[in-house]
Amino acid sequence: MKYFRTKIKGLMALPAAILLSTSCFAATPSTADINTTGLAITDDTVTVGILHSLTGTMAISETGAQEAEKLAISQINEMGGILGRKIEIVQEDGASDWPTFAEKSRKLLVRDKVAAVFGAWTSASRKAVLPVFEKENGLLYYPTFYEGLEQSKNVIYTGQEATQQILDGLNWVAKEKKAKTFYLIGSDYIWPRTSMKIARKHIENVLGGKVVGEEYKPLGDTQFGSVINKIRLKKPDVIYAAVVGGSNVAWFKQLKAAGITAKKQTLLTISVTEDEVLGIGGENLEGFYSIMKYFQSQDNENNKAFVKAFKEMWGEDSVIGDVTQAAYLGPWLWKAAVEKAGSFDVDKVVKASEEGEIELKTAPEGYVKLHPNHHLWSVARVGEWKKDGQATVVYESGLIEPNPFPEGYQ
Amino acid sequence: MNFVYEKLMGGKQGLLGFVLLAALILVIMPMFFDIFRLNLIGKYLTYAFAAVSLVLLWGYGGILSLGQGVFFGLGGYGMAMFLKLEASSPENTKIQSTPGIPDFMDWNQITELPWFWVPFESFTLTIIAILTLPALFAYIIGKAMFTRRVGGVYFAIITQVIAVILTILIVGQQGFTGGINGITDLRTLNGWDITSDSAKYFFYFLNAGLLLTVIVISRFILTSKFGSLLLAMRDKEDRVRFSGYDVAHFKIFIFSFAAMISAIGGAMFTLQVGFMSPSFVGIVPSIEMVIFAAVGGRISLIGAVYGTLMINAGKTAFSESFPELWLFLMGGLFISVVMFFPNGLAGLWNDYAPRVFPFLKEKAKTKDVPPVVTDETGKGTV
Amino acid sequence: MFDEYTYSELGSIFAMQGFAGISLFSVLLLMALGLAIIFGQMGVINMAHGEFMAVGAYTTYFMSTLTETYFPSLMPYYFLVAIVVAFCVAGVLGYLAEYALIRHLYKRPLDTLLATWGLSLIMQQSFRTLFGAREVSPTLPDWLLGSYQPTDTIDIPLNGMFVLALTAVVTLGVFYLLYKSSWGLRVRATTQNRVMSGAVGINTKSVDRYTFALGCGIAGIAGAAFTTIASTGPTTGTLYIVDTFMVVVFGGAASLIGTIVSAFSIAQAQSLLEFFISGSMAKVYTLFALVLILMFKPEGLFASKVRR
Repeated sequence: MKYFRTKIKGLMALPAAILLSTSCFAATPSTADINTTGLAITDDTVTVGILHSLTGTMAISETGAQEAEKLAISQINEMGGILGRKIEIVQEDGASDWPTFAEKSRKLLVRDKVAAVFGAWTSASRKAVLPVFEKENGLLYYPTFYEGLEQSKNVIYTGQEATQQILDGLNWVAKEKKAKTFYLIGSDYIWPRTSMKIARKHIENVLGGKVVGEEYKPLGDTQFGSVINKIRLKKPDVIYAAVVGGSNVAWFKQLKAAGITAKKQTLLTISVTEDEVLGIGGENLEGFYSIMKYFQSQDNENNKAFVKAFKEMWGEDSVIGDVTQAAYLGPWLWKAAVEKAGSFDVDKVVKASEEGEIELKTAPEGYVKLHPNHHLWSVARVGEWKKDGQATVVYESGLIEPNPFPEGYQ
Repeated sequence: MNFVYEKLMGGKQGLLGFVLLAALILVIMPMFFDIFRLNLIGKYLTYAFAAVSLVLLWGYGGILSLGQGVFFGLGGYGMAMFLKLEASSPENTKIQSTPGIPDFMDWNQITELPWFWVPFESFTLTIIAILTLPALFAYIIGKAMFTRRVGGVYFAIITQVIAVILTILIVGQQGFTGGINGITDLRTLNGWDITSDSAKYFFYFLNAGLLLTVIVISRFILTSKFGSLLLAMRDKEDRVRFSGYDVAHFKIFIFSFAAMISAIGGAMFTLQVGFMSPSFVGIVPSIEMVIFAAVGGRISLIGAVYGTLMINAGKTAFSESFPELWLFLMGGLFISVVMFFPNGLAGLWNDYAPRVFPFLKEKAKTKDVPPVVTDETGKGTV
Repeated sequence: MFDEYTYSELGSIFAMQGFAGISLFSVLLLMALGLAIIFGQMGVINMAHGEFMAVGAYTTYFMSTLTETYFPSLMPYYFLVAIVVAFCVAGVLGYLAEYALIRHLYKRPLDTLLATWGLSLIMQQSFRTLFGAREVSPTLPDWLLGSYQPTDTIDIPLNGMFVLALTAVVTLGVFYLLYKSSWGLRVRATTQNRVMSGAVGINTKSVDRYTFALGCGIAGIAGAAFTTIASTGPTTGTLYIVDTFMVVVFGGAASLIGTIVSAFSIAQAQSLLEFFISGSMAKVYTLFALVLILMFKPEGLFASKVRR
């Protein structure tokens, strides 16, 4: 916490809005009133869980998310906590192993009685913990952009669901680049496949374009020679990519080595954030586009303060990707909902969240609002990558309504 | 009575070990742990099925399978398919474009239940499938390999490749298998809520009972003439063959039997954990199962259970406090168990138990199973 | 699928597709060479082979960072030095591993499998502790980036050509060492009959140790070469290990020619299949075909005696 003794001024912008709206809770309410379900809450603390992989293959991706969550929590504590209670963290390691996620989430809910859990990253880990949260009536804030097709009473999704992320970006590329033909390529698992399905329907039915190829590579595969040749043969206007993990690096390196660069080819990806660029190298991505809801380079006051605080806490070299920012929203959204409900009880917090009035005017990504379907209203942005590993935002949509079960796209 | 004593329990020492184990998992653990911990132990005990199967296969048969996860997974998927179909009743899935099929199929534009899912609508057929399909699969693999005298490291590597193939297939064919997320959100078994505490207690004891039964049956197999033959094959395969035995058949049998045991473990896993995913089919879990058996002592059925419990409990405890250290410890354990304690926990027991329980003394000397560390190079037939 | 293309376009595609196959071949061969020596000549199953590759890759990354910080002017050349250093570092580690671990287990091949798996876990965690959990990739010199364009429509990746050339050099080197040098003679003698070799005065223990070190060193070179294609993380090694074993086993354990032929056929099969069907299924079919062939021909393509 020593990071926060000073330099808090810049951060006041974010809390200010919430603080104003909740100033009526000046007197600390009694624990019996705000905790009727036996959660781990004392007269001056409330315990929450953080559940991400610290070890194993997913540790690379999940590090940023848990760092952001800790940052948000320490900022909230600096401001006096929630309902007069400081937040204490119990952190568990999901170890990139789905049953471990289920086991640890059960521990957090049953043994530690945490009031909320911030965590999970992959769809598989979310699917594994979902029944536990529903059974034990816990509350999970899930940060990753994901495939949609899910809406649980016990989960708040702070990342984008597939249609939010995909559709506007496709519209942009069709309009801006006059794109008619698309080549879809992704890693072989549920998120790329669902995203590609939505993209294909949109391209064929709405944009009147054509999908000239659709390809899935096993996770971790590093050989893209044949795929790149297929792409050459098809000459698509746009390569639309959702390759993840270690494969991502191989894919972009090999594209560049094969002479497919932004000069000749438009490439739009939905799986590259600042985190991935670290591994891929900005020079291999230069000129390609990502669709995300957040980029570190976004130029607004909220974001500047956030980036500054993040770097102070976690080091000058840290980069912030889309998921990291979404994870940062979790504790703030929870705070807002708890204060609105005036209680930590999961049912009341969920009810307050569902009324559609929870908003963060000062989120780093800009304004977000919680939809009754537990997802966030958010903006889709197209960023163009530069050599230094940062992106320039070249397009911003309006606020998009989350639609986890999109009609006509299933 | 003598039959029970000698053949099923393995004499005085075996009986003592068995009774201690039974007391531990049936009485002591349920007494001292709440349902949350007990459920965890139940999960570990499902891995013990695979470890016990490896004792038969590797410790006695000298056949190292790096693909036990395949059979564990097949058993688990069998049970998961049944539970998923029950969870996907038309009422539960009415928001789907095709109600009545599992949700992941609906997301993948599958409009009809695939033919190989249909038998899993019946509980009886599911149980039959869990008990026979993995064994049948093992029979086919074993038949193809052992009759051509593929053995030793080649067999290990090929089983590993089969594990890789199956993982890629399950992940790639997500419309039929649930993909990398696996088959999740399993709630009821014939209408009975499997996430309730009473169900968890029931499955824990069922699991423990099945495990003990499997150990007794395995003990019977090992103390029979077949067990002696297995050991003989492990140590001097050619001599057994020259004595007129068809070595391949014995190997195929024990491989199929081991597959069946692992599959039971997988099915119990699904029931207790509530989902099944391809991460239990691949290389890493398969090798971990081998280390469970190795820590237990690879020729001790009961040791395998303790090995499994010890490593998993260690994993849970260590990964909570020192996630960094855990891999070092695990790696060190692999190395030391191979180099310094090839007889594992069972070896320690055999060395020290007679001192603690003097009445075991005279028996322990005569009942010694031949040591593990022998010249195994004769095994590879290539 | 080819109707709408001119012959010259198709020609270019096929040329590039051929190169994609050859490039995969060189990658597989480079991975498998070290293992072929260790497994083929010594009968040791080294599950940590992938981690020795990662050692090479991390060494390259380390050299790249070092050069970038202290001698930026030398950036174009560091990569060649890094390959040599990678070879030495991985070789020395291999030497130590043999001394501390492997030599006690020569008579128990299945146990080496477990012990080296343990070794691989320890190495993975060491990478994580030393270099962090994130994937890293070294800054490559410019001459390794981009492509060579003999005609307008053909792009041959430079890194692919580099790996191919490196593989050729390493393969020739291994051949020379094993079949032309007196040391190679001793290795082969030990492979064929350890007791007799000892009797005629060959120090079989030293032969073992250097053979293992050489195999690991070559893995280090492979790792260095891979940094031109993909990134390196703590668990990178496990991605390659099964493929590598398949190449060696399919080729026939003790035959270097077999390893080359097997790498070539697997690479061509896979890249051709990938051209016509989806990547995942191509991999499944390739592996499945290999298992089937191995069931009928368990000794692999080129059978040879393994040390007993």
